[in-house]
Amino acid sequence: MAMLEIRDLRASVEGQEILKGINLTMKPGEVHAIMGPNGSGKSTLSKVLAGHEGYEVTGGQVFYDGKDLLELAPEERAREGLFLGFQYPVEIPGVANTYFLKAAVNAIRKHRGEGEIDAMEFLKLIRERMKLVKMDEALLKRPVNEGFSGGEKKRNEIFQMAVLEPRLAILDETDSGLDIDALRTVSEGVNALRSPERSFLLITHYQRLLNYIQPDHVHVLVKGQIVKSGGKELAQELEQSGYALFDENAA
Amino acid sequence: MSASSDTINELTRKGYEYGFITDIEQESAPPGLSEDIVRFISAKKEEPEWMLEWRLEAYRNWLEMTPPDWAHVNYPPIDFQSISYYAAPKNQPKSLDEVDPKLLETYEKLGIPMHEREMLAGVSSGNRNVAVDAVFDSVSVGTTYKDKLAEKGIIFCSMSEAVREHPELVRKYIGSVVPRGDNFFAALNSAVFSDGSFVYIPKGVRCPMELSTYFRMNAGHTGQFERTLIIAEEGSHVSYLEGCTAPMRDENQLHAAVVELVAHQDAEIKYSTVQNWYPGDENGKGGIFNFVTKRGLCEGANSKISWTQVETGSAITWKYPSCVLRGDNSVGEFYSVAVTRGRQQADTGTKMIHMGKNTRSTIISKGISAGHGQQSYRGLVRVAPTASGARNYSQCDSMLIGDQCAAHTFPYIDAQHPGAHIEHEATTSRISEDQLFYCMQRGIGAEEAVSLIVNGFCRDVFKTLPMEFAVEAQKLLEVTLEDSVG
Repeated sequence: MAMLEIRDLRASVEGQEILKGINLTMKPGEVHAIMGPNGSGKSTLSKVLAGHEGYEVTGGQVFYDGKDLLELAPEERAREGLFLGFQYPVEIPGVANTYFLKAAVNAIRKHRGEGEIDAMEFLKLIRERMKLVKMDEALLKRPVNEGFSGGEKKRNEIFQMAVLEPRLAILDETDSGLDIDALRTVSEGVNALRSPERSFLLITHYQRLLNYIQPDHVHVLVKGQIVKSGGKELAQELEQSGYALFDENAA
Repeated sequence: MSASSDTINELTRKGYEYGFITDIEQESAPPGLSEDIVRFISAKKEEPEWMLEWRLEAYRNWLEMTPPDWAHVNYPPIDFQSISYYAAPKNQPKSLDEVDPKLLETYEKLGIPMHEREMLAGVSSGNRNVAVDAVFDSVSVGTTYKDKLAEKGIIFCSMSEAVREHPELVRKYIGSVVPRGDNFFAALNSAVFSDGSFVYIPKGVRCPMELSTYFRMNAGHTGQFERTLIIAEEGSHVSYLEGCTAPMRDENQLHAAVVELVAHQDAEIKYSTVQNWYPGDENGKGGIFNFVTKRGLCEGANSKISWTQVETGSAITWKYPSCVLRGDNSVGEFYSVAVTRGRQQADTGTKMIHMGKNTRSTIISKGISAGHGQQSYRGLVRVAPTASGARNYSQCDSMLIGDQCAAHTFPYIDAQHPGAHIEHEATTSRISEDQLFYCMQRGIGAEEAVSLIVNGFCRDVFKTLPMEFAVEAQKLLEVTLEDSVG
């Protein structure tokens, strides 16, 4: 069974149609990359899949693990194992990073009918996962994303992902604003989490992320539609020719 | 579509948990205020002549005063002749063992420990003991751990008892920080004050447990006129907490309190309030009018007074716990979390009056408005010409939940010394859809997300509360804001 199946998905923001019929199927364990120019609808796709209320689905269907994803509330999608790594992670003043993460872990456990995580067990888990993204332990006690540098915020997203162990991770422009070292660390984190049961949807503007995370499939999104799909060589091709070519094709 | 604004609008509708009425035989004064009523109250409390005279003087002052109209709150004029100024359970107990079981049950329902537990020798962690004075309408119905505290020379009793048993102390200090004619409500209180707590910490003593008073208003058509006086002698230390609840009633009830604190040289008083009076229903019917004058005097050098308040109840709150920093190097602090939802209105803040040299004050105010809540921070920082080296830092943050509520800030600064160092910061924010979505995307439900965000916002204040009460305050905030987001 497919992990994610998107059929003719259409969505609008404030009355303006941004997604104009997306079709995409992902199997468990696969890494897909969606590339496209600014304004092509990449971020809209990630927000719609995660259930953001500001985006209205006007047509089509999405199945996640056989379930109708669009029927689920955002927090239910998360508890079912869908994770969105934010392009702009949000700051929550006064709420310690670990406290936030523990609330998330417990919400997911409760959904599965499990009890709250033991404090020692939790500590062990976060210590272990922190190493994956080489995150500074001091950041754990700081309020969520508050005063974090751009790179620290993105690391924190990957760290959260590592702790929450989603089945489908959508990473929205995780590479933007990262210097080369941070990009390498973040990519290593993602690679370490790849498994036959876990799928990734990488959303990116640039090909460089795909030098570090090798996708199984690459899709080109232009003006709200996938105009071309292929293997990882498609990314290279894009790097050479740019999006202009596809833009014309789409028009 | 903006579902989170619906979500957010619902945050305010949770019922009030402590709205039950205790069915107990009570006696009360007939409605109305006159010299006779003042005499009646004084006689009920078996007060000495000087106390009665003091009350009558206050009453005569009050007759010439008018209610303050500068606060940013709206309410119909209060008919002071329709209120009863005294109500008490009929059978007055002599000791804790004789307290009416119905009353004990009431306090149990409110989660207030009225039994004394022996502390286990050598086990200092875990549940610390808290001494409680329980005030039911106009009288104290019991005070725990009195004997144990007396061993250290600490006096912890009801105000009525203090007037009888320790008249010299009461006479010396009552009205010394908040004069009888200070303001309209202080004058009213001085005339008809009923019960409250009296605390005296002798020189050099560190009070071994938290002291607390729980105020409960039960009788209908009755006002509560709490009077509390805390005196910390040289080098002493005390932490005191008050809690307040009242039944749900359709009428507005008046709570006009006066609290006076005196800290002598090197003494420290920490005063925390968790105020959860009935706020009225969502249409603004009923609820407590909370008009309170609280002031602390840092009389001696190096003394410190710290006010922490968590205000979630009352239909109207009018309250400015203040510090008069007379001693050199004395320190005043004010930490406040105030929540207004439904039709609640709050005009609250503090006054820091710097008189001594090198006096320092800190003000941290966090206001949260939801529903149709109206909230104002009103603060005064005054630096007298004598206060060289005075410093103040104020931070006033407001959080709005939904789009029907409002927050206002009225900071007054009066610096009469050229070297005064005064900082004021203010912010207003909303719980953003982005914050909510971020939490929800991690699996956290909307309600829990709001509570998480609001608690984060209040963290700077909660961390100043004694541990047990910080947890209580956090829970209270959760209950208060439950359903604000749907």
